[in-house]
Amino acid sequence: MRDFEYSRAETLSGAAGQIGEGASVVAGGTNLLDLMKIQVMSPARLVDISRIGELQGISDDGEGLRIGALATNSELAADGRIRSGWPLLSRAILAGASAQIRNKATTGGNLLQRTRCPYFYDTAMACNKRSPGEGCAAQEGVGRMLAIFGTSEHCLAAHPSDMAVALTALRAEVEIRSKEGETRRLPVTELYRLPGDRPDLETVLAPGEIITAVRLPAPMAETRQVYSKVRDRASYAFALVSVAAVVQMDGDRIGSASLAFGGVAPRPWTDPEVDQALVGAAPGDEAFGNAADVLVAQAQCHPDTEFKKPLLRRTLIAALREATGLAETATGASTARIPA
Amino acid sequence: MTKTFRMNEAQPRLLDETGQGIVGAPLDRPEGPKKVSGRAHYAADGLPEGAAQGVLVRATIARGRITGIDEDSVSGLEGVIGVFHGPEFLRNPAQGMAGEAPVQPGGEVHYHGQPIALVVAESFEAARDAAQRLVVTYEAEAGVVTDPARSEELEQDDPETAGDFEAAFAAAEVTLDRSYTTPAQAAAAMEPHAALAEWEGDELTLRGALQMLRFNKEELADSLGIPAEKVRILAPYVGGGFGSKLGIGPEAVAAALASRTLGRPVRVVMTRQTVFDAVLRRTETSQRLRLGADRDGRLRALSHDDRVSNIQGEGFAEPVSQASQFLYGAEGLSFAQTLARVSRTPAGSVRAPGEAVGMLALEQAMDELAEMLEMCPVALRLKNLPEKNPMTGQPFSATRLGDCLREGAERFGWDARKPMGSRREGEWYVGMGMASAARSNMLVKSAARVRLSGEGAVVETDMTDIGTGTYAILGQIAAEMLGLPVEKVEVRLGDTSFPGASGSGGSFGANSAGSATFLAAKAIRETLAGRMGCGLSELTLQEGIARGGNREVPLAELIEEELVEEASVEAGDTSESHFSSGFGAHFAEVAVHAYTGEVRVRRMLGVMAMGRILNEKTARSQALGGMIWGLGAALTEEMAHDPRTGHVVSRDLANYHVPAHADVPGDMTVVFLEERDDMANPIQTKGIGELGISGAGAAILNAVRNACGARVYDMPATPDRVIAAMEAAGF
Amino acid sequence: MPIAQAHATFKQESHMRTRFTVNGEAREVEHDTRTTLLDALRDQLGLTGTKKGCDHGQCGACTVLLNGKRVNSCLCLAAMHEGDEVTTIEGLGSPEALNALQKAFVAKDGYQCGFCTPGQIVSATAMLEELRAGDPSFASASLEGEMPLDDAEIAERMSGNLCRCSAYPLIREAIAMAAEVKS
Repeated sequence: MRDFEYSRAETLSGAAGQIGEGASVVAGGTNLLDLMKIQVMSPARLVDISRIGELQGISDDGEGLRIGALATNSELAADGRIRSGWPLLSRAILAGASAQIRNKATTGGNLLQRTRCPYFYDTAMACNKRSPGEGCAAQEGVGRMLAIFGTSEHCLAAHPSDMAVALTALRAEVEIRSKEGETRRLPVTELYRLPGDRPDLETVLAPGEIITAVRLPAPMAETRQVYSKVRDRASYAFALVSVAAVVQMDGDRIGSASLAFGGVAPRPWTDPEVDQALVGAAPGDEAFGNAADVLVAQAQCHPDTEFKKPLLRRTLIAALREATGLAETATGASTARIPA
Repeated sequence: MTKTFRMNEAQPRLLDETGQGIVGAPLDRPEGPKKVSGRAHYAADGLPEGAAQGVLVRATIARGRITGIDEDSVSGLEGVIGVFHGPEFLRNPAQGMAGEAPVQPGGEVHYHGQPIALVVAESFEAARDAAQRLVVTYEAEAGVVTDPARSEELEQDDPETAGDFEAAFAAAEVTLDRSYTTPAQAAAAMEPHAALAEWEGDELTLRGALQMLRFNKEELADSLGIPAEKVRILAPYVGGGFGSKLGIGPEAVAAALASRTLGRPVRVVMTRQTVFDAVLRRTETSQRLRLGADRDGRLRALSHDDRVSNIQGEGFAEPVSQASQFLYGAEGLSFAQTLARVSRTPAGSVRAPGEAVGMLALEQAMDELAEMLEMCPVALRLKNLPEKNPMTGQPFSATRLGDCLREGAERFGWDARKPMGSRREGEWYVGMGMASAARSNMLVKSAARVRLSGEGAVVETDMTDIGTGTYAILGQIAAEMLGLPVEKVEVRLGDTSFPGASGSGGSFGANSAGSATFLAAKAIRETLAGRMGCGLSELTLQEGIARGGNREVPLAELIEEELVEEASVEAGDTSESHFSSGFGAHFAEVAVHAYTGEVRVRRMLGVMAMGRILNEKTARSQALGGMIWGLGAALTEEMAHDPRTGHVVSRDLANYHVPAHADVPGDMTVVFLEERDDMANPIQTKGIGELGISGAGAAILNAVRNACGARVYDMPATPDRVIAAMEAAGF
Repeated sequence: MPIAQAHATFKQESHMRTRFTVNGEAREVEHDTRTTLLDALRDQLGLTGTKKGCDHGQCGACTVLLNGKRVNSCLCLAAMHEGDEVTTIEGLGSPEALNALQKAFVAKDGYQCGFCTPGQIVSATAMLEELRAGDPSFASASLEGEMPLDDAEIAERMSGNLCRCSAYPLIREAIAMAAEVKS
C-alpha cells in the first residue's frame, strides 16, 4: 500500500470539497483496501465517507425503496421490506462473499467493485484496465472467471457482483450526485461502460460524482424471483455464472420475464431477446432451452470459458424451473443446503 | 545418557498392561484453552522491542539472471531500512528431512515468483510498499519451459515390476486402460510462513513456522554457513503444515541475514500471495491405469504409470503409485514414473504425497473395473486382498483392510446403493461410492526426555504439534507409563534445545516421538522398580501410587531428586522383515444437481485400522481432516499456472478453493478398528494424518458416477467438468 | 527471545492517532494512515489472538466484532474506527475463564492447529446473534420467519472462516453445543 492522506467527510457537501484529482472515496473498503495492498489502486488521498448520515438508511418513498449508498450488504439482505418485496435482492446478496464482508461492504461500493480477474490483480502482468495500453495478459493466459459477453480484445474481465445482477433484473436505478450537488438517476445497467478500447473506464460516473442511493421500483405483483449461482465451491466464491430471474405468470404461460446474468460480462448482463423469447411460453425445459440458446449464441469465449456456454444454458433452465414451480426448492437454499 | 533403541523385533504391549486407561482415551488437548482464547503464540505473534519488519520480493521472470537490484528506488521511502539479497538466499524451502541448505541460486532466477530480496523497514506497511516498488532488472532466458506437458527434459527410471505385466494384461479376460489428470495443489496452511530472527553475539534464535526442527536447525545453519550449535529454533505452536513447513524456508534465512546485519530482531511473514508463489506445491500429475482381471474379479495385471514435474535441482518426485504397489497385487505389476523438469514453483511433499493423488486414479479405475465386471465395488476389493506385499514379498505387519471394507459397507448402508442414475430427489441425482484407503507407515529416529519429580512429570522434545495432537498424546503416554493423572504431566515441544525428534511429517510423528517418550518413561519405570525392589513386570504405577513386591508407596516418596531419562528410537530389522501400512475404507454419498452439475457431499464414513489409537479424539480429528482434504482434491482444489510464465495464477485464497464450511457435510463419521501393529514400533501405533485423505476423494468421485453417470477424468470435478461428463454419459 | 508486548518503536512524520475501545478498555494507537485494525491490534496493542491468514478478507482468521458485528479486521483501516468498539478473542474469555463457546471448542476438538480458531469463535459469537435476530442466510429455505439453528444454516453462515485442518464438522458441533447451553 502506498502512503496516502486520510480525511473524513461528515457531510455530502463536505465530501465533495475533498474529492479531487488522485482521491478516492472509501466506505466499506473491502475491495479498495484489498487492491491498495497490492498497489493495483494507489490513491493519494482517501476520503472517508462512512459516517455521512445522508447516505445511510433504507426508506420507503412511496414509489419503492430508496437504499442509501452506505447501507451495508447485511442490512439490505436482512431488511424485512426487501425480504418480502424484492426477495431476489436478499438472495443475491446472501450468495456473495461472507457474512464478515457483507457487514462491511456497502451498496455503493458493491456496485463499484472491480473485477477479480487474476491478471488485473497481479501487477507483474499486463492489464489494460490497470494500465491502459499495456495489453491484456488474460487473452493468452488462463481464466475460468473471465467474461463471455461484452468483452473486447483489450479486456476479458467480468464484473463480480451478485447484488448488481439482482438489481438489474429488478430494474433498479442508481442515484448519482455530482460535485456541484446535482442529482441524476440512471438504470443500474447504464451505470456501466463496456470495455471497448478503454477498459479502465468502467462506469459513466464523471469525476467527482458519487453514488448516493439505489432506488428499487415498487414490486411487481405476483412475481416469482430466483437467484441461481454456480461456483467452484459451495460458498464464499465468485460466480462462474449466475442467473437472476423475475418471472410473472399469465395463467399457465409466462407473462413476462426479466433476467440478468452474472459472472459472464463486464457488467450485469441482460438480453432483451431472451426475456422476449419467454413471453407466452409454457414452462418447460424445451422453452427454457430455446431461450437459453438465444442467450449463449452471442457468447465469445476464451478457451478456458467455453464451458460457460453449457453451464449458463443449464443454470438458466434450472433458475426458470424454480421460478415457474417446476422445481420445488427455494433458490439459495437448494444449493447451499446439502440436500438430505 | 541417551538410550537408543532399535526396532528389531516385536515388543511387549506394555501400554495394554499399565491399566490406567489414559492412552487411547478421548481427552481434550491440554493446550486447548490457550488456543481458544488467543493465547497460543505462533511465529508471527509479537514483535520484540526494536524489531524491524521484512517483506520478500519476488522475481517476475520465469528464468534468467538478476542484473540489478536498485536499492535507490526505495531508499527514499520513509521507514525503509535496507534491501537484502545475496548468495545465502534460498530459492525455495528445503525438502522434508533434507538436513542441509536447499538450492541457493545466487543471482539466478529459476521460476517466476522466486524470492530474490528482502526489504526491511521500520513498519510492515513501509516494507511491503517498498518490496512492491523495488526496481529489479533481469536478463531473461529465452525458450524457458514453464509447461510440464511441453518439457523435453525428462527423467525416467526403469519401471518397477513384479511378474510380467504385459503378458498378464494380454491374457486377462477383462481389461481397462484409463488416463487421469490431477492439477497442482497447495498445502495452504492457515498460518503464512513466518520467521522472527534475533542474534545474541554469534548465536541465532529463530521463531519459525516449521514442522521438523531437528532438520530445520541443520538446514538453517548450513544456509547461513554457521555451526548448527549456534542455532536455536522455537516453534511451540505451528498454524498447520501439511508438508509446507517441512524444510527451512526463504523467510527464515532472509530474516536471519537481515537481523545479523542490523543487529536487531527482524520479523518476516510471507504474504499469502508469496506462500502460493514460493512454497513447495504438490505437482500436477497425469496418470495411466491399466487393469486386467478375470471375469470373477481376480486382478491379473496392474500397471500405474505417472508423469509429474519439478524444477531443476530438486530430488523430490511425487510417489504417485506408492499405494498401487501393495494394495491389491496381481501376477503382473508395473509402475513407471516420468519426471518432467520445468521452471515453475518447485514441488514437494503435500499431505500424503503419492496416495493423495495416486489413489484418486487407482480407486476410480477399480470402480470402473467393478462396473465392467458387473460386480459390487466392495466385493471386487475383497476379492483382491493380498497376503503379503506383492512387490517385495514382505508380510504385512498388520492389515485389517478386509474388515474395514466389510464394516464400512455395513455401517454405511451400502446395500441400499442404487444402479447408476436411478436415484433422483427433486433436481438432484443421488449416489454412493466407496474406495479403499492405504498409507504406508514409518518410524523415524526420534528422541525425548522425561523428567519425574514429586510434582509430576515433564516431557521435553523438539517435536512439533502442528495441530496433530502431539501435546495431548505425549502427555498421555507419559501419564500412562508413570501412573500419573494426565494433568500432572507437562509437555514441552518445539524447541531445538530439547532432544531431537522426528518432527511432524509423513504421519510418523506420533509413532516416533511417541515411542521415544514411551521408552524414556519406561527407563524411569525401571529405576522405580529397582527402588521398589521388584521386577519391572511386577511394578504397577497408578494414580500416583507405586505397587510391587508386596509394597505400596506414594510415588513422590520414591523420588528424592528428579529422575531424568532420555531415550531415542530408530527403525530396525522389522522395517525390513515386514511391511507396515495403515488401511481403511471410505464411503461417500453425494447429490449432483441435474442441471448445474454442482456436487454436494451428503455424508462420509471412514473405517480405518491404524494400529493403537493414542487419543481417540485427536485421532478422529486427524482422520476427518484428511477426508475433507480428499473432498477438496475431488471437487474444489486446483492451482492454475500461466502457460507463458509458469507462475501461479490462483495465488490467493479467493482463487485457490480450499473447502469451506458449506462444502463439508455435518454427517461425517470415523470408525477405528482395534489393532496393534507389533512390528511398527514399541507402542504398536500407525500414522493417522494422511490415511484419511488417501482414497477419500475417489469415494466421492465414484459416488458422483453412481449418482449421475459422470466419470470425471480430469480433476477436480467442478460443475463444468461434471456437466461435460454427464452429457458424455448420456445424462 | 521474549514474546513481549509489542512496541511501536518508531515515529513517523505522517502518523496519526486513533482512539477506540478494545475489549471494554479505552485504547489509543499511534499509526501510519495505512495501518489496518488487524495490525494495530496485533503489533501495537499486543492482542495477537487475532490472526493474519491472508490480509485480503479471504480466510476469516482476523475476524473481530466491530460495534457488535463481525468483520475482517484486515480490511479495516485503523484510522476509520475512531470511537468504535472492538471485541477480540481475548475479550471473550481467558484460559482460566473460558466462555461457553470456547469451552465447547475444547470439548468437541473444534480445532487442530488453532490458527483459525480465534476467528471461528469470534465469528460464531456474532453468527448466533444474527440467527437469533432472524437474519436470513443463503441456506435459508424461507426468508421469512424464524431461522433454524441447523447444521446447514451454521455451515453457510460460517463459510467466511476457512479451516485448512478441516475441523469443520467439529467446529459446527461445538457451536451447536454452545448455542444449546445458552438457550
